[in-house]
Amino acid sequence: MVTSPTEGVAIALILAGGVFFFAGLVGLLRFPDVYARIHAVTKADTLGLGLVAVGIALVQPSPVHAARVLLVWGLAALASGAGGHFLCRTAWLEEVELGNREAP
Amino acid sequence: MPDLALAFAAFVLATVAAGLIRVAKGPTRADRMMAAQLFGTALASILLVLSWGLGQPGLVDVALVFAALAAITVVAFVRRAWW
Repeated sequence: MVTSPTEGVAIALILAGGVFFFAGLVGLLRFPDVYARIHAVTKADTLGLGLVAVGIALVQPSPVHAARVLLVWGLAALASGAGGHFLCRTAWLEEVELGNREAP
Repeated sequence: MPDLALAFAAFVLATVAAGLIRVAKGPTRADRMMAAQLFGTALASILLVLSWGLGQPGLVDVALVFAALAAITVVAFVRRAWW
């Protein structure tokens, strides 16, 4: 099934990306307030997409194709970094309180 | 590679479906918008993996459009919320 070492590395990176998507989901569902949830989604999911994009870029036929794949990650990283800040500021301006962050 | 790609796509799609719980529960508008941004990121990764697994290089362009539109949705929301 795996035909070359490069392909093996690509599959490993993609599966690692899936782990980070799951971590982002757990944070989105379980964290106590909106600020913590935004933190979880922007960081974990952008890293997950980055790992997937690097894995796919490894198996592209030419460097130009690989650069196009990595551009997807670049755009998403800019969007989630700036978007996370905007959303946090929106919540802050609407005076959303911090949740209970005591350890259970 | 189609089997692995389809399995990965199904797994990420399942996380998106679970993220809908946060859209339904809220409680703030920023929470719901955040889940929408998660969908943009997750769907871009699904499209990248499917472009490889199914041998459809054109899907990378679709993923580019998804990544660009995810930024615009947040900016549109924030403009309404701030002013």
